[in-house]
Amino acid sequence: MVPTTYYVGLSAILFAIGVIGVLVRRNAIVMFLSSELMLNAANLAFMAFARQQQSVDGQVIVFFVMTVAAAEAAVGLAIIIAVFRHRQTINADELRLLRW
Amino acid sequence: MDSLWFELAVSTIKALVVLLMVLQLAGMLGWVERKGSALIQDRIGANRASIFGFAGAGLINTMMADPLKFLTKEDLIPEGVDHLLHTLAPAVHLFPALVTFAVIPFGDVLVIGDHTINLQVAPLNVGILFILAMVSLGVYGVVLGGWASNNRWSLLGGIRGSAQMISYELAMGLALVAMIMTYGTLDLQAMVRGQGGHFLGFIPAWGIWYQPLAFIIFLCAGIAESKRVPFDLPESESELVSGFFTEYSGTKHLMFFMTDFVEVILVAGLVTTLFFGGWQVPFLARDGFHFPGGAELLLPNVVVAVLQIVSFSVKVLFFCWLQIMIRWTLPRFRYDQLMRLGWIGLLPLGFLNAIVTAVVILAWGQH
Amino acid sequence: MGFVLFFLLGGLMVASALGVVLTSHPVRSTLCLVVTLFLLAVFFIFLDADFVAALQVVVYAGAIMVVFLFVIMLLNLQVDPHERTPPSWRFFTLGGASVFVLAVLYLLRAAGTLLPGPGMQSAAPAGFGSIEAVGLRLYTQYLLQFEITGLLMLAGVIGAVVLAKRRVG
Repeated sequence: MVPTTYYVGLSAILFAIGVIGVLVRRNAIVMFLSSELMLNAANLAFMAFARQQQSVDGQVIVFFVMTVAAAEAAVGLAIIIAVFRHRQTINADELRLLRW
Repeated sequence: MDSLWFELAVSTIKALVVLLMVLQLAGMLGWVERKGSALIQDRIGANRASIFGFAGAGLINTMMADPLKFLTKEDLIPEGVDHLLHTLAPAVHLFPALVTFAVIPFGDVLVIGDHTINLQVAPLNVGILFILAMVSLGVYGVVLGGWASNNRWSLLGGIRGSAQMISYELAMGLALVAMIMTYGTLDLQAMVRGQGGHFLGFIPAWGIWYQPLAFIIFLCAGIAESKRVPFDLPESESELVSGFFTEYSGTKHLMFFMTDFVEVILVAGLVTTLFFGGWQVPFLARDGFHFPGGAELLLPNVVVAVLQIVSFSVKVLFFCWLQIMIRWTLPRFRYDQLMRLGWIGLLPLGFLNAIVTAVVILAWGQH
Repeated sequence: MGFVLFFLLGGLMVASALGVVLTSHPVRSTLCLVVTLFLLAVFFIFLDADFVAALQVVVYAGAIMVVFLFVIMLLNLQVDPHERTPPSWRFFTLGGASVFVLAVLYLLRAAGTLLPGPGMQSAAPAGFGSIEAVGLRLYTQYLLQFEITGLLMLAGVIGAVVLAKRRVG
């Protein structure tokens, strides 16, 4: 049986890749995809611990994370569409009206 | 270790048998479609393919002419497309349709020596969720096919197709929820086994008696998912040429085209399994016939299994024929009519059905 | 046997996650994420969570990612030639991420035996992760959270429609 720490380690690697994606990429949609990756990495860690402690509560948490991610994706993509309509770009470097 | 190899071999044989039968049937359905539409439209249909005058009642056309034609055509890739996505789209479209057959049971058990083989390729205990998952994945083939064609009308067909598919997924899911509540299980084999009893001694207790509304919703949603007429606006042969797979030729077109028929067989198989008793033959139990008068006819297990497989095939063939007849009888829906039917028609009906089912089960106990 | 499968699929998952971040074309990024999510569902099945694995494919890989693809198709996004990260930024991010991962792996190595609970070796109780188990919890112990999530989805739907609507006139 694969120990829990292996799953958590894999989750950490995925999370780090997600963080790199959010920080390095400038395309708004790819940044969004990377944040979804981070959410899924957290889901994997929750699942591993749920199995390790044989508690279904961990799976319920994953269920809620999934639904919240769905709602967040819908609203976030709607915002991206609205921004694109105005500025014709979704490159984060060019959307800097609110910056100093 | 020995039993592991045996299990592996049995699973492989089952998977190969199901796969080959489905692919063969998909090819034959192409010919049935052409001849059937010809009969309905009062013309002769395809009758030119023959070897030395022997046409074999369409077999030559189906098994040799059509596949050979598709496989040997030039594979045109239009300019400016993303090569990876263009090649990936047909495979992604075909894969979920074929894989869903893994959970459809085609018989009860086959006893060889002291091994009991469950006649279902993958005995998952979340079979229905697996079906929903594969139906969800089927949207990608349409989206990618439309996008990767570098063609405005393909894109339109792709967007229309995927919007239609995700709308009718919901109605399909609700119909399945009602079935899950009725049988109390997600496993398809358990559901079919639960349809083995009889009412009043001679009417088989098939799912349609318990859930007639769910049957209608599921049939409509299934035909809409496979984008067949009357829901074939994504393809709409008279408007968009071939919709989202216009720019595909040769083998890739064959894969898209074949997926159409594979999904016809899939919808037929699911409807049979859920609502018409699957492989159940009236009065046939595992050891033979038990007639209501008390007469019995005991049969060896192999004969029982063969009878069950034949029964399953007959029912599936009937529903394939039914879908082909529906195709050539009804006109095409307009896009807003289609969406209205999905969201304002089938979805509330599905909810109503689920609520009524829940109330009935609370009042009278489960099946 | 379990280890071989774990490392194989884990390696594939890391590769497709890197594909999400490194590919220049947004559609290919989305498809890489779909592959990652699918492999994640496979891992969930390894962890005896059949219901949540199927939900992952149906909801996440089958619906949310399709919405992403829709938006990319709608906006007709191609490879962006102006997308550039300053090299110093890249260096620090990579460095920071590597430090994080190495720190976590080192801590896990030390903490592996300290986790409470029955452990992975013991077989899961029958029906663990089945739809009955999760559904029962959702409708009894976590009913309030379940209903609030429903309200949240409603708010999300309304918000998405309002934000993406074209202003008329």
